[in-house]
Amino acid sequence: MSGQPRKRRLEVEDAGDVTVVNFVDKKILEEQSIQAIGDQLFELVDSEGRKKMVLNFTNVEYLSSAALGKIIALNNRVKKAGGKLALCKIRPDIKEVFTITKLDKIIKIVDDEQAAIQAVS
Amino acid sequence: MSEAAPKSVEVGKDEVIISSTPEIARKLQDRIESLLESTLANEKDRFCVRLALEEAVVNAIKHGNQMDPLKQVTIRYGMWRDQVEIHITDEGPGFDPDDLPDPTDIENLERPCGRGVMLIRHYMHEVEFFAPGNSMLMRRFFQQAS
Repeated sequence: MSGQPRKRRLEVEDAGDVTVVNFVDKKILEEQSIQAIGDQLFELVDSEGRKKMVLNFTNVEYLSSAALGKIIALNNRVKKAGGKLALCKIRPDIKEVFTITKLDKIIKIVDDEQAAIQAVS
Repeated sequence: MSEAAPKSVEVGKDEVIISSTPEIARKLQDRIESLLESTLANEKDRFCVRLALEEAVVNAIKHGNQMDPLKQVTIRYGMWRDQVEIHITDEGPGFDPDDLPDPTDIENLERPCGRGVMLIRHYMHEVEFFAPGNSMLMRRFFQQAS
């Protein structure tokens, strides 16, 4: 541990028993930030026991396949814990990434946050 | 570098050799991406080039050179008003691009990695690998479909 506070990569809100996560970064590209985002997402499930999760992509303009990897890993953890994950507010360019990789077949993707909350409730 | 099609006015061209350090690669990526502003590239083109470049650089540094800072990545790029080509070579052993597991197969969908080459092939119009598979040339023509 460096002793320095970790940079906050996520904004976490509660909507009833659903956890809504907003990304702080516009670009989820760098190895270090992807690692930190993954760690912070996994903590929500592993340490805090959150099972119903929504990822809101409003702020996200770019992401790489390494970021996709973290979202897949999160989906796997949430499923294993008996919960549900949904993604929302994804801009068309990024949505296409989920479509061509067929990740939209295993991860619920909806347009708006309310629909995402309903999808995991 | 092969000449696939007649090119329009040149915007920038260089060959840069960097160590396998993501921070140094990022600066070069930013430089290449900033050249897009002087081309015919639309928003979609810029998204495609940025994503493909990111995946190619990560592949070279992480999978090719195994993050060894003593190993280098050579990036040769050319940017014209109507197209970009980027040639990336690492010092790794290479891989057979035709022998990668299909990440969209149902049994691979939940695997967290293995999508980089697929995304590069999708987002660039031409992609060539050179033996032994540690060298890749990719090209995109601006304002064309897909």
